[in-house]
Amino acid sequence: MINEIRPLGPATITRVDRPGIMERLRVTGLGLGLALAMPVTLLLGILSLLVWPLLLVVVGFGLAQAVVPASHVSARLHRAVASRLLAAEIPAECADTTGLNPFSRSLVWLRDPARWRDFAHLWFASTGGLVMSALPAMLIAGPVVHVIGFLISPGSFWMVLLFLSGPMLLAWWFVTLPLARARATADRAILGVSRIEQLEQRVAEVAESRTEALDHSAAEVRRIERDLHDGAQARIATVGMNVGLAEKLMATDPEAAAELLREAREATVSALEDLRTVVRGIHPPVLADRGLVGAVEALAVALPLPVTVSVEIDPLPAPVESALYFAVAECLANTMKHSEARRAWISGSHDGTRARIVVGDDGVGGANPNGLGLTGVAKRLGAFDGTMELSSPPGGPTEVTMEVPCPTSPSGPS
Amino acid sequence: MSDQPLRAVVAEDQALLRVGLTRILEACGFTVVAAVADAAELAGLLGSPDVDVAVLDVRMPPTFTNEGLRAAIAARTARPGLPVLVLSQYVEPLYARELLASGQGAVGYLLKDRVADVDNFIASVRQVADGGTVLDPEVVATLVGGGRDERLARLTPREVEALTLMAEGRSNAAIAARMFVTEKAVGKHINSIFTKLDLPQASDDNRRVLAVLAWLDGNT
Repeated sequence: MINEIRPLGPATITRVDRPGIMERLRVTGLGLGLALAMPVTLLLGILSLLVWPLLLVVVGFGLAQAVVPASHVSARLHRAVASRLLAAEIPAECADTTGLNPFSRSLVWLRDPARWRDFAHLWFASTGGLVMSALPAMLIAGPVVHVIGFLISPGSFWMVLLFLSGPMLLAWWFVTLPLARARATADRAILGVSRIEQLEQRVAEVAESRTEALDHSAAEVRRIERDLHDGAQARIATVGMNVGLAEKLMATDPEAAAELLREAREATVSALEDLRTVVRGIHPPVLADRGLVGAVEALAVALPLPVTVSVEIDPLPAPVESALYFAVAECLANTMKHSEARRAWISGSHDGTRARIVVGDDGVGGANPNGLGLTGVAKRLGAFDGTMELSSPPGGPTEVTMEVPCPTSPSGPS
Repeated sequence: MSDQPLRAVVAEDQALLRVGLTRILEACGFTVVAAVADAAELAGLLGSPDVDVAVLDVRMPPTFTNEGLRAAIAARTARPGLPVLVLSQYVEPLYARELLASGQGAVGYLLKDRVADVDNFIASVRQVADGGTVLDPEVVATLVGGGRDERLARLTPREVEALTLMAEGRSNAAIAARMFVTEKAVGKHINSIFTKLDLPQASDDNRRVLAVLAWLDGNT
């Protein structure tokens, strides 16, 4: 029902015509509805106050179990109405209390700003809010009562009131829309998460993802250093040793020298392989050449099982492409390692604000969301405010949904 | 050089390099009594009196940081003068200083690249086994130029050159050959270095090490 409420029209409609009257009548009706909720909000408000002294005799805890959720319902309804009228989201979040006993739940409520906002709103709705919502209905009901009263007992009393009816209708015409807007705005101000809280939340998220990104890149750098040290560098050092010794043995033991040279040649091949692996781990050449779509196709082609690829994403900023590429690579590696899948699929799209890639397989399911690989993916994406969701019921199928908010890059990879 | 083959221990976690080092040492007349892959095994071996020289990698398991270096320093504390040649894929002046400070002489610190020049490498191993000091030209090069010790500022360019070669572990004869002067001239340079660095009167070998240390101190 609430979802059918249309947003408020502009308060500047002053032409007296059918839509103008209908809009005001609609808003008056709504206000009347809100005003009629007053007994409930007032009762809840008083009960909320009573909870405090009653806590001393334990009954308060039981009462709180009823009053606090009821207040929350009231707040939710008011928030929904205000958000429809203002055509704006009103963000709200209260602390999770599932699985807590009544006592600790009460303690959580006590510390939760959202519950205090609910409480404050009860009193606003019972007082100032009531006036704001009821006034239009009274302004329009008044003249009707006056006319009826005058008709029943004509006299100077009703006469005076009848004369007041004109100004009342005029006032109704002008105040109804601004009052409704003011009420909705006040509801939003009381019930919505405050700007500061929103920013605090955001800063906390950013700080966390930044730490993770830093940890991640430090670990990456360390890994690359290790790969080079143990791989290519060691092999090239071996080549040097072998060639050096071969040089020395050339005259005395040509056969051994030839064997050493053969080993040296093989070591150069492995050194180059190592270097290629390291480079792929830093920035895969195919990603540089073909962008994300091509690189994901290249990943799919390399797998020994059929993979359906339908990725339609315009070029994204390079760091995001890289993060998504490695995320997809990790998911596919998991598929190969754990899923026993017969086929897999990768789909990708961009809705103008978010890039979304889903990697799925028809394997055994039951993937561990806290595994090292998937946690790594989540952290990698977290650096870009991206998210990763895993759906992997036992028996499958497994689907990993990755989303990163980002505009498509006009230039794209060169 | 003694008539007995020198007994060496090799410690290197990467199999390819361990085999390569062992082969080179054996081809050049050393007896490799053990070739091990980690610092724990190495520590046990270095205590043995049957070892004339140890050739080891800086980075080994379990932490892959600098346990080779720490094992070498620990072993030289337990057995002063134990000849140790440390090999690494990077050279770090700080590590060079720690090694040199772990006792007088019989230490070497070289890039793994140097092993490819087999004759020079073997000469370095022998020099360390004989109590000499060998520093990688790379360490030496890093240190040249960045001097902070004002004593070093007193040295003439030729003296710096002689000190550099001394740090690389070269004998007076070798320094003379490199600088295209007589051995006597080298002796003069070196005496002048000792004086300018205010080194105490002591055996020449000891003063050579002190000179290098002073230089490292001024540069790291």
